[in-house]
Amino acid sequence: MVKFDIKNLNIWFGGVHALKNITLQIQANEILTIIGPANSGKTTFLRMLNRLNELQSNFRMQGVVEFNKQDIMKMDKEKLRCQVGMVFALPTPLPLSIFDNIAYGPRLKGIRNMAKLKEKVEVALKRAYLWDEVKDRLGISAFNLSGGQQQRLCIARVLAVEPEVILFDEPCSGLDPISTAKMEETMLKLKENYTLVLVTNNVKQAARIGDRTAFFLNGELIEMDKTEKIFTTPSDTRTDDYIRGKFG
Amino acid sequence: MKNPKITEKVAFFFLFLATLLIVVPVGLIVIIIIRKGLPAINWKFLTDIPREGMRQGGIFPAIVGTLYLVLGAISFALPIGLMSAIYLSEYAKDNFFSRLIKLAIVNLAGVPSVVYGLFGLALFVVFFKFGASILSGSLTLGIMILPIIITASREALESVPYHFREVSWSLGASKWQTIRYLVLPNAISGILTGIILGLGRAAGETAPILFTVAAFYLPQLPKSIFDQVMALPYHLYVISTQVPNVEEKLRYGTALVLLMIVLFMNLVAIIIRYKFRKKKKW
Repeated sequence: MVKFDIKNLNIWFGGVHALKNITLQIQANEILTIIGPANSGKTTFLRMLNRLNELQSNFRMQGVVEFNKQDIMKMDKEKLRCQVGMVFALPTPLPLSIFDNIAYGPRLKGIRNMAKLKEKVEVALKRAYLWDEVKDRLGISAFNLSGGQQQRLCIARVLAVEPEVILFDEPCSGLDPISTAKMEETMLKLKENYTLVLVTNNVKQAARIGDRTAFFLNGELIEMDKTEKIFTTPSDTRTDDYIRGKFG
Repeated sequence: MKNPKITEKVAFFFLFLATLLIVVPVGLIVIIIIRKGLPAINWKFLTDIPREGMRQGGIFPAIVGTLYLVLGAISFALPIGLMSAIYLSEYAKDNFFSRLIKLAIVNLAGVPSVVYGLFGLALFVVFFKFGASILSGSLTLGIMILPIIITASREALESVPYHFREVSWSLGASKWQTIRYLVLPNAISGILTGIILGLGRAAGETAPILFTVAAFYLPQLPKSIFDQVMALPYHLYVISTQVPNVEEKLRYGTALVLLMIVLFMNLVAIIIRYKFRKKKKW
């Protein structure tokens, strides 16, 4: 099943042509990893999927992005963002307790019942594999957690909104190897129930957990294929060069 | 002067001297007012009406008048100031017009208070026919402290990091929900600072109330917001310059009471602010 259907997507920020004629599809329950050097348009592409780009005043786009066969530009953007969650590059806990961080999304939807909120928080934290580490101190500030825990808190916070797709924008860039391993494990398990799009600077990470991989360069989609194929026999020499570390 | 250690010592000395120069006058003012004013303070002084052409008796109507005016000013200026601060920092696009408004607000803060007094006289007293009344005075004081509250609130709102908002939006929050649940709670201590400054200013100014509300001598309490009242700063001016042979301790006593009222308001706001700040963690 196709989750996202992107056709001829062009994005400009002022005079900068950030994405050039991107056409691709994102399948349900896959991990699509997006690799490419800095300024290749990966993050712009990701932030298109939950309409965060348009917050910049000089944003301009052409083309169609469909989510579940609906044009996202015609959808209510708050509704879209409930279905397409995002985990940012650096851990971004809100200045609230652990509990209130997770309950933030459900509360926005109007859930006030404490028992119901508690249940949602517990389920979300368990799915993000953080429950056992924090269950006795849900009331403390989320800033007291370690970087890796904070990032899993951010995943739990997204899960509590019950999205269908989760976007990850270099989620491990600030984490140590052990936390990174835990994050990857979490993402692999999430795949069963969610569709994941992962932008990463870490080529090896893309190889480890991606089902399919897309390679972006200077705002263009160079190629996209099964991750195995991209990393063994890419059809474009530029992909090969990037993976081998010849540039970027 | 090539020796950096000596240079540093000289620099420290002058920086310390500058700080001292600020602290000493403030301390002296407080000490002199307390020493000369304290003998006048007693229960009767605080609760009695002025008698014998203000040479005897107390200052109760002026205390009440000042409290009414400050309360009136803040209940007018806070909602309007806060709402316009939210609009300017969260909603208004950054263009020539919005920058012009921001510049105008900053400049308003620098307008001499007597000009506000004249403005209040023309608009509220004469044009709206509120007469010299608590309403006119409160509104005039309110307009005077609006720029203080707007500027402080705007700075407080803008000091909440942008990525918090982005997180909130990404979780499906609308712009208003983000402001309501995330930005405002985290800006509240800065907003309170603006209120503190505004309160102190409103309580202490004489010129804006001179034409709009303040009564020279009115030994009774107001019955409605259309009544005139006495107010501490104006009363102080009157007994210091307009009425001969007022005992010195009465003047300093009045000043002390005014100082204490402002101090007390600030204290309350500081305590509230401190409680909010303890929760702040970034």
